[in-house]
Amino acid sequence: MSRRGYEGVAVAAPVTVPYVRYSIRAAHWWLARALASLLQESGLEKEELDGLAVSSFTLAPDTAIGLTQHLGLSPRWLDHVPFGGASGVVMLRRAARAVQAGDAEVVACLAGDTNHVDSFRLTLANFSQFARDAVYPYGAGGPNASFAFLTAYYMSHYGATREDFGKLCVAQRANALKFPHALFKNPLTLQEYLGARAIAEPLHLFDCVMPCAGADAFLVMSTDRARSLGLKSCRLLATIERHNAFAADPVQMRAGWALDRADLYQQAGAGPQDMDFVETYDDYPVISLMQLEDLGFCGKGEGAAFVRRHSFTWDGSFPLNTSGGQLSVGQAGAAGGSLGMVEALRQLTGQAAARQVQGAKLGLVSGFGMINFDRGLGSGAAILSC
Amino acid sequence: MLERPKRKNPVLRTRLPTLPPAARSRIALGLTAAAALGRFELQQCTSCGTVQYPPREACQKCLSVKLAWRTQPQGGELLSASVLHHSNDLFFRERLPWRLGLVRLDCGPIVVAHLHEEVAPAPSRVNVQVKLDRAGQAVMVALPNEENANMAEDRQLREFTCDPKFRKVLVTDGKTRLGQSLVHAFAAAKAELIWVGYAEPWKKFGGFDELKSLPQVTLLPLDVTDSKNVREVAGEIGGKVDILVNNAEVHRTYGIANRPGVDAARAEMDVNYFGLLRLAQEFGPAMRSRGADGLASAVAWVNVLSIYALANFPQHGTFSASKAAAYSLAQCLRAEMRPAGVRVVNVFPGPIDDEWNQLLPPPKLAPANLANAIVKALQEGVEDVYPGDVAQEWLARWRDNPKALERELST
Repeated sequence: MSRRGYEGVAVAAPVTVPYVRYSIRAAHWWLARALASLLQESGLEKEELDGLAVSSFTLAPDTAIGLTQHLGLSPRWLDHVPFGGASGVVMLRRAARAVQAGDAEVVACLAGDTNHVDSFRLTLANFSQFARDAVYPYGAGGPNASFAFLTAYYMSHYGATREDFGKLCVAQRANALKFPHALFKNPLTLQEYLGARAIAEPLHLFDCVMPCAGADAFLVMSTDRARSLGLKSCRLLATIERHNAFAADPVQMRAGWALDRADLYQQAGAGPQDMDFVETYDDYPVISLMQLEDLGFCGKGEGAAFVRRHSFTWDGSFPLNTSGGQLSVGQAGAAGGSLGMVEALRQLTGQAAARQVQGAKLGLVSGFGMINFDRGLGSGAAILSC
Repeated sequence: MLERPKRKNPVLRTRLPTLPPAARSRIALGLTAAAALGRFELQQCTSCGTVQYPPREACQKCLSVKLAWRTQPQGGELLSASVLHHSNDLFFRERLPWRLGLVRLDCGPIVVAHLHEEVAPAPSRVNVQVKLDRAGQAVMVALPNEENANMAEDRQLREFTCDPKFRKVLVTDGKTRLGQSLVHAFAAAKAELIWVGYAEPWKKFGGFDELKSLPQVTLLPLDVTDSKNVREVAGEIGGKVDILVNNAEVHRTYGIANRPGVDAARAEMDVNYFGLLRLAQEFGPAMRSRGADGLASAVAWVNVLSIYALANFPQHGTFSASKAAAYSLAQCLRAEMRPAGVRVVNVFPGPIDDEWNQLLPPPKLAPANLANAIVKALQEGVEDVYPGDVAQEWLARWRDNPKALERELST
């Protein structure tokens, strides 16, 4: 049975609560700011929201349901999506189906986290049972070691170099300089990238995202509703989602995208060559290369050659992570999974200001989340059009 | 090669002990139980045979919940390696850089492991062991496939073991054959200094002169039944002892009916139980403060108990009871030493080949073999030691069915 499309679904109102390195506020504060921004952006009253999806690591002990009382909401459709970097795509596709089915008319998708001075360490210590039992005791403190292993493996198997990863980081920094909310405000040169201190070899400082506080959010509703609100909106053409794919691979060199990309492009009626820009999940540059390969922009192991062939700035030959990505904006916890989503919505609705990709009509957003033990489990992607 | 640590500057602050992250799920403590014995065990599905890691509640292949901890082959392939130069965790932050590896075990699972400095770059063969870390929890350690003489000197590996090399050792009773064997074993293991206690110093004992002739040895009067004496000795050397081996023991035969009065039992308790308590009260605090004191930090406290501590051996009934009491107290000591990263090693020998076990049939444990087993346990970093065939058999019987063992011993 072929999958049903997403006809009649509109995605709108990308908002970002400006990131800060540290915050003394709770996650609730960030999510409340995000919700208020959505209402302001859309002109909706709080009572008109009947659907809510939430992604956050630091909301504990609350989940989405506790947030309804905290924020005085009474939704008839509620979802908590604690999938980290995969949560943006997952919230979107669930919300789209809810709107199509009539279970909700307007769904607010919120992703955000706070970051106290010591909260990142505590999040890592209790990230998952496998992480607590079999990774955290080894000293790496989170995904650094896991990504160091797979970066080293990728480099030795496919001949990628630090310069290749550096090129992506430098291009993303150039993009970030045009995004007012990016926490990194200074240009980055390849020399600075290469000369940075080692964190977990072969990863160095600029290969690792900087944890921060912040929130991103968007609305999902019917196209009719978006029109009546006068909102600039995007259409959702296709999505995929997969968890724990290729579990037998000894080292993660691919994820669910490689399994599901044919489905993605078939549903969209478009191919990788048709995309005007791509937003990958980029907590470390190697995972961007993996996504470009798995999503068919180049063959497996050809990521480095692809990087050498293209420029990745917003005005380059392959616009990638056009707001700077997490590497240059900062990683606001679970909001990292929606950073690319709100940027894609801005690009497709002509709201990307100084970094606007000219003639952007089709964009691909990819998500990747949850380093549970030795690899990321969740992957997803969505294709949006204006 | 490790270099002999320099003399400590007493003016400088002693670094306080920190521990690697200690939290584990209950199921993961199965790995700690195996590591305590020096065994390499992983969960294996009893339905489909799949070996699992990280520890879990159900088989990832067939969903059976019948997972048993089984000894597994330790070979593996290093797939990828990293050197940490940053850690959010204090313990590791103080020990950077730190090597880690991703290993595919021959029995199936992928593991993250601490990586010995002599392991060749990936891909390469490794021997994976499960060790107790300073928090007393199990971790994977990948070692070179081929053993070599200096392997134990790896800076990281030394954080998981209690190697006597360059360390200062106190053996509480030098008068017995076991005590003297221990001194020789520690000398052979390159201990820096060995203090040897002996009670009743007005009586010369056999082997005194030989002990005295060893360059590392300092003999000192020590009577674990004398609180004042224990306090004085601790005041003198307590802040320097890295490994304390309490082998002071009184052992009398018979149970309840065959020996009138409580004098023998009281003497057993006074040495075997209260002796440990006195030592722990006087030496414990100083050792706790030195759990991270450089290359030759305080690392281990060894209790020579008895396999009879697990189940009473009626022919040596009151002795068994005193050892059971000492075992219980040793568990308390272990809990109190754990925050400092000082390991409490409990040794459960079967009958030692000495005069008090004269009437027991062989096999009996030669004192020299027991001493070597204790030093080996420290070098390998295990915390529960059952040396010899009798101890191993009792342990197996006790783990299989403690009630059955009780009945078997009462005939």
